[in-house]
Amino acid sequence: MTLDQLPLNTPARIAAVDWSALVAEEAQRLQALGLDEGARVTLAYRGVFAGRDPLAVEIGRMTIALRRVHARAMTVETIAETLSA
Amino acid sequence: MSRNPAVAALVGNPNAGKSALFNALTGARQKIANYPGVTVERKAGRLLLPSGEPVELVDLPGSYSLDATSPDEEVTRKVIMGEQDGQARPDVIVLVLDSSNLEQHLVFAQEVIELGRPTVVALNMVDLAERDGLTIDPAALQTALGVPVIPTVAVRRRGLVELAAAIGEARDRAQASAAVPRPHVTLPERRMLAHQIASAAILSETTKHRIHARLDKVLLHPWAGPPILFALLFVVFQAVFSWATPFADGIEALVGALGDFAKQILPAGLARDLLTEGVIAGVGSVVVFLPQIVILFFFILLMEATGYMARAAFLMDRLMAGVGLSGRSFIPLLSSFACAIPGIMATRSITDPKDRLTTILIAPMMTCSARLPVYAVIIAAFIPNRAVGPGIGLQGLVLFCLYVAGIIGAMGVALVLRRSVTKGAASGFIMELPKYQLPTVKDLALGLWQRAWIFLRRAGTMIFTVTIALWILLNFPRAEPGQDQINASVAGTLANGLSVVLEPIGFNRDMSLAIIPAMAAREVAVSSLATTYAVGAEDEEQAALALGDQLKSRWTLPMALAFLAWFVFAPQCLSTIAVARRETNGWKWPAFMLAYLFALAYVAAGITFWTATAAGLG
Repeated sequence: MTLDQLPLNTPARIAAVDWSALVAEEAQRLQALGLDEGARVTLAYRGVFAGRDPLAVEIGRMTIALRRVHARAMTVETIAETLSA
Repeated sequence: MSRNPAVAALVGNPNAGKSALFNALTGARQKIANYPGVTVERKAGRLLLPSGEPVELVDLPGSYSLDATSPDEEVTRKVIMGEQDGQARPDVIVLVLDSSNLEQHLVFAQEVIELGRPTVVALNMVDLAERDGLTIDPAALQTALGVPVIPTVAVRRRGLVELAAAIGEARDRAQASAAVPRPHVTLPERRMLAHQIASAAILSETTKHRIHARLDKVLLHPWAGPPILFALLFVVFQAVFSWATPFADGIEALVGALGDFAKQILPAGLARDLLTEGVIAGVGSVVVFLPQIVILFFFILLMEATGYMARAAFLMDRLMAGVGLSGRSFIPLLSSFACAIPGIMATRSITDPKDRLTTILIAPMMTCSARLPVYAVIIAAFIPNRAVGPGIGLQGLVLFCLYVAGIIGAMGVALVLRRSVTKGAASGFIMELPKYQLPTVKDLALGLWQRAWIFLRRAGTMIFTVTIALWILLNFPRAEPGQDQINASVAGTLANGLSVVLEPIGFNRDMSLAIIPAMAAREVAVSSLATTYAVGAEDEEQAALALGDQLKSRWTLPMALAFLAWFVFAPQCLSTIAVARRETNGWKWPAFMLAYLFALAYVAAGITFWTATAAGLG
């Protein structure tokens, strides 16, 4: 499953990122924001208009807006919600 | 040895609260200029150390990394490294961290601390972290980072004295020993360390309901969000018109009284006319719009300070993508509603060069505050002040339509440009949505004051000069008795020449006359009309008429509408052209901008005039 397919408000972990699918500067920026392999993310909002773009992703205590093309390059796996999370 | 004051630089991630901290540390004594060669804003101010010694404090653009991905971040890197022209290498680096976003901000913090330079950490916004249920141990953080950590709340002035003292001590230490760079680590290692450091420093973390999450539920809601944004923008434009009226009336009365007073105490003659018709009528007619400009900037600053601006960018991204831009362009374009100059400068945060160029080229079409005087005076004179619905006035509605016309025009041009001259890969949109914050009255007031002062200074210098020059051109050579003074004058001759081109789109001589000096600044069109009608008045009674009444008696409705349409598109501002030249490194794009905007203005004014005439509005 890729990040853009993740159901809303479901905790997940980024398993792999296909950096080659992204422009170098954008890849760099996503990494700087912490969107990288191993990061825990949840999808918080989707845009309303055609394509439901862009997406708002929560990572740590930050909310980051990105486009579906970026999210599509990120493979995620959901993590079972534990009480300690 | 050198008696130059020490330099300290504020460095940190975007949204760490740097600007609020900068305002709190330096007060109103700030100097805003540009770094030479680039148009990145340089904000500097004076900070007094507890010893009474002054330090120059520089606020650097927010960065996520020293590997710059935008011109803004490049300046931050260069200043820190001491490679930026016109800026001494900072003696002390003040790292600003958002307490409630510690883990993220510690990634960049480590990169800066690794440089081994004298560094002080301002653990900012500890109050917001507490609100979010976070308790942080500054001492643990200090041990882990190896640099002093001072908890601060910029908006409540907490920790400022301690921070100033720490800056002083760091500076003294710097003089005693040279920088010792620490071993460089990779980004994943840094991120892991950030997690460890943050986990160790956070004493307790309860998941309280975060206010911003609840606000976002509504404001970013797929269906509720966009209507809220548009409603908000509509309220802003209504407010610009209705709230400002009492203040504008007050200023107008004051200007009138001043003119009468000058007439009473001065002997009749050309000198008195220069003062009353040129200076007071001209400059006064522009100063009247100060309340509207202040109100507009108030809302823009408010949206920026609360964090809503980034949400607006999120909501607008899909629409902007439709014309080949991104939500990032929305912020520069919205700023352009105040003034295209800061708007064009704000495009620096757009990473894609084609995206950025397109945004620069369409920014002048956003209705800037300098157009407001022109719109306001024409609308007040020609559009009846009646309600067309509950709380919706016809005048406000027309104003709103003018803004919308500019936006639609800009979107259309962007669409065409992105498919032709600025063709390139589809641009992306990656941006942090900052936490919501209550803006502080002081920061808002300071921002408003800076904007109002810029406007008044322009009225006092450029508009003053242009108005006087125009008055002279209107009055010389003197007309023979019985001859029209304006037709006889230099300015009238020029305008009559220009009329040949502008007559087909409904412009009369006075309108052609007004758009020449308006190249200097758009609002000059109003003072030009005021001066022209004051000079051209046949008797005292006619001269005493307010500008609005003058216009009503001399223009038809289609003419007025054509004039409005012209101002929606025409590139009537030399400063904007100059900024575009600097930002695009050459004359090619500003020339292109001038040409297409004039063509668009001509066509739009023409279509408006012909349609209105055909509809029988004349």
